[in-house]
Amino acid sequence: MGEISQWQLIKKGAEAWLYLANWHGRKVVIKKRLPKHYRTPELDERIRIYRTVREPQLMHEAKKAGVPTPIIYLVDIKEAMIVMEFIEGDQVKKLLGLISQEERDRLCYDIGELIGKLHKNGIIHGDLTTSNMIQDADGKIFFIDFGLGEKINEVEAKGVDLHLMKRALQSTHFKFADECFNAVVRGYSSILDHAIVKNVLEKIKEIERRGRYIIERKGSREPSCGSEEVRKGFKHLK
Amino acid sequence: MNKGKAEKKYCLGIESTADDFSVGIVSFEGEILANIIDAYVPPEGGIHPREAARHHADVAGKVVEKALKKAEIKPEDITLIAFSQGPGLGPCLRTGATVARALASYLCVPLVGVNHCMAHIEIGRLTTGAKDPLTLYVSGGNTIVAAFDSGRYRVFGETLDIALGNCLDVFAREAGLRPRMGKPLGAMVEELARKGKVFASLPYTVKGMDLSFSGLLTAAINMLGKEVSLEDLCYSLQETAFSMVTEVTERALAHTEKKEVLLTGGVAANKRLQEMVKFVAEEHDAKFCVVPSEFAIDNGAMVAWAGVLAFTHGITTPIEESFVKLRWRLEEVEVPWVK
Repeated sequence: MGEISQWQLIKKGAEAWLYLANWHGRKVVIKKRLPKHYRTPELDERIRIYRTVREPQLMHEAKKAGVPTPIIYLVDIKEAMIVMEFIEGDQVKKLLGLISQEERDRLCYDIGELIGKLHKNGIIHGDLTTSNMIQDADGKIFFIDFGLGEKINEVEAKGVDLHLMKRALQSTHFKFADECFNAVVRGYSSILDHAIVKNVLEKIKEIERRGRYIIERKGSREPSCGSEEVRKGFKHLK
Repeated sequence: MNKGKAEKKYCLGIESTADDFSVGIVSFEGEILANIIDAYVPPEGGIHPREAARHHADVAGKVVEKALKKAEIKPEDITLIAFSQGPGLGPCLRTGATVARALASYLCVPLVGVNHCMAHIEIGRLTTGAKDPLTLYVSGGNTIVAAFDSGRYRVFGETLDIALGNCLDVFAREAGLRPRMGKPLGAMVEELARKGKVFASLPYTVKGMDLSFSGLLTAAINMLGKEVSLEDLCYSLQETAFSMVTEVTERALAHTEKKEVLLTGGVAANKRLQEMVKFVAEEHDAKFCVVPSEFAIDNGAMVAWAGVLAFTHGITTPIEESFVKLRWRLEEVEVPWVK
């Protein structure tokens, strides 16, 4: 691949390294999934190849669904490498804390709409965080990092996807996680049918009940002081 | 009795979230004087919450007595009672809470309920010297990747269904392994895995920073007794499950940019997991810390120490508010002593 020049490492991500480079006079981003030596080579190769193949497929599908994603120029499966368009803009992660509440509301609503478009077409992003969204100068929001995504039209998958968005907001933007997620849901609801949205939101609740997300209600009665039997057990401590 | 000891302050901590009933005693300065653990070993199958709770009630008095003896202090030297208030199994938690309330009212000392997961992180910090780590807490009941930010431990990744330790235990039981005294099922899987050579492909499920082990467990169980040997299957199961948690740990590490990684929980004793997490930590220039086994499994000392931290920062739990919280999330807890 002699056409690529001026490689410049821009990010050592956990999963892949990102380079900025020149490809036929274009500014491109190269995403290279390097071997992970902590895992067994068979598993490592399987994961890297699978994700390198799946990611551009899903980015293409997303674009067809009306969700902006970078243009894919080249895929090198052997090297686990994807060459794509460089998007000039800001990570939503960085933007959220800098803009007004109104702008934040609008941005999250738009993000919700885009997630709605993905889900309407059976595309699951798999890693919806604010780090994986870039807004360019025209206000267009690009989704990136589809490596954990899948094509599946199930309520369960949609629920988990949206739940991950909620969790990402809670861990990284805890100050305005609730308002942001509410706006995301409003945007999401404007795209999908009411019945589907209802099912997905119900699913999120179910997923939260599966894990450890619910605060125990005060309903279960507890003795207000130690029971006689237990207290008797300590007599000998005197 | 040592006269100096009577002037010092001590906290007695009670842990009973699952199969272990444990009492630890620590001084307010962070010396661990006793950590007695009495595990409930089911005759067969997994932990039945009611049976485990019955065990806890049976041994409670004895374990408290042993801990006091080990610490060489008298009951009246205790200045604070701490207990695991959640998350955990209801009947087990309630037994521990009842013992704690009884002791506190009997000795006329304050009571403090602490979050079990937070206690794991705090004893890890105390015993390893880690200051502000990214914590990977893996046990039979929990699989959590957490780090401190703005007053609380934030959960970055966790399991969406069963815990890592649970996955390994259930598999081991389905494979016909039985726990023996001093040797948990996880250690047996580890031993067999070391003899495995051929990697069998199993479902690998990472969703964002969250994980799912239920599909992996089902697939592994379905392969039992087929052409793959048990050694190879243990090896493949461990490799797959550990790669999943390591991947999530690495992503959280890259995201938070913490300079220490703390590995804790019952599964932390696994050498292969230690190796993988250590590898990732070093790659990100972070110090790798693994909590000593005695304090990595569920133990009373961690509860006592977390109790000291909470109490010295103005937190107590009045008896009428000491109901247990079965699903008490780590990120609901304020930790004003950090930073």
